[in-house]
Amino acid sequence: MAIRTAVNRALTAITALPTAAALTDGNLTLLTTATASSSATLDFTSNINSTYNNYLFKFINLHPSADGVELMFQANAVGGSGFNETVTTTFFLALHNEADGTTNLVYEGDHDSAQGTAYTELHGQNSSDADHGCNGSLTLFNPSSTTFVKHFSGRFSGTSSGDFERDDFPAGYFNTTAAIDEISFKFSSGNIDSGTIKMYGVGPKQ
Amino acid sequence: MSLIKYNDRSLRNLTTTPAAVTGNSPGALVHIKTLTASSSASLTFVHGSSDVVLDSTYPIYKFEFINLNPASDDKKFQVNFRDGGTNYDATKTTTNFFAFNREGSGDPGFSYSTGNDLAQSTAVQVISESAGNGADESVSGEMTLFNPSSTTFVKHFMSRTNTYYTSDISYDVYVAGYCNVTAAIDGVQFTFESGGNFDGTIKLYGIKDS
Repeated sequence: MAIRTAVNRALTAITALPTAAALTDGNLTLLTTATASSSATLDFTSNINSTYNNYLFKFINLHPSADGVELMFQANAVGGSGFNETVTTTFFLALHNEADGTTNLVYEGDHDSAQGTAYTELHGQNSSDADHGCNGSLTLFNPSSTTFVKHFSGRFSGTSSGDFERDDFPAGYFNTTAAIDEISFKFSSGNIDSGTIKMYGVGPKQ
Repeated sequence: MSLIKYNDRSLRNLTTTPAAVTGNSPGALVHIKTLTASSSASLTFVHGSSDVVLDSTYPIYKFEFINLNPASDDKKFQVNFRDGGTNYDATKTTTNFFAFNREGSGDPGFSYSTGNDLAQSTAVQVISESAGNGADESVSGEMTLFNPSSTTFVKHFMSRTNTYYTSDISYDVYVAGYCNVTAAIDGVQFTFESGGNFDGTIKLYGIKDS
């Protein structure tokens, strides 16, 4: 039988990738892009499920309306109400100011959580200067598990008020065995003026 | 000649990705192998075994650790590397530091872990803190291995794991170091201390064209 060779025009009717896992193996699969426009929160309320083991959030120039505020997040379990899961975290940072007068590497006990249910901090002291923003990534491990607590870890680079580079390292777990299907991000005060958060599924579908 | 048009059903049986697709995706994660532990003493990735690729195909490899739950309480997760022989005993020099915070009272800490680094040692490298064996307790995280096939350079690696510590503490553990060998690394083995069994999943990816 002769081989039929596809040309570009032959594929114009293709609207979806085949379900064969191999075709999406390994890559980051973009699931949702949330763009802020004077937004109180950016919430991800769909696409977090058992399709992927892990989920990766990328933060691109989140700009607060207020100066010196913290980027924070919380989760909601399946069937739950509100972003208020019990969370324990660690939080440390490195900083260096533009004037080259201050450096530090320190654990920030005022910015971690110990079985709290409030939004927990991801990056501190964000500046509202026009050219400042917060960037980074956050991995959420196996949120659909109904056996284990839900680990996460992140790293954020941002320009803090006072013209510091801040390299923040939050990590921890939502101390619940219920599956988590919703995530919310906000600043501690004011709105998310602008910026983008992208959520990816990591690796092959389960 | 008439144009043959394909639709979604035309492609549903495809099981492999054309080379051009991944070739045009620099930096893409390419899933290589998933190993699942079920009361296992170790999970081992060996180049050429069970479809594992760990050679010059990719310049960087990434391991993901998903809910590794030890059978016995208070056990650290650890790694070692194979550098040409059959034993996992590559000479390593490493750093290890961590941050922790307690569920109950807070009382956090941040420290270099002198007991868990290595200086020219062939022993296993600890890459978590002591995990609990409670039903909901585990270790999750990732490790990157750079250019394992090089026969010129030593082999750098970096890991970050989050541990549900045995006494209900969140531990954020950072390890970095190098296998001080110029022989290629062709196998990586993960265990819990004392050879204890564990459950969980480890995924291996290649980072293409990175």
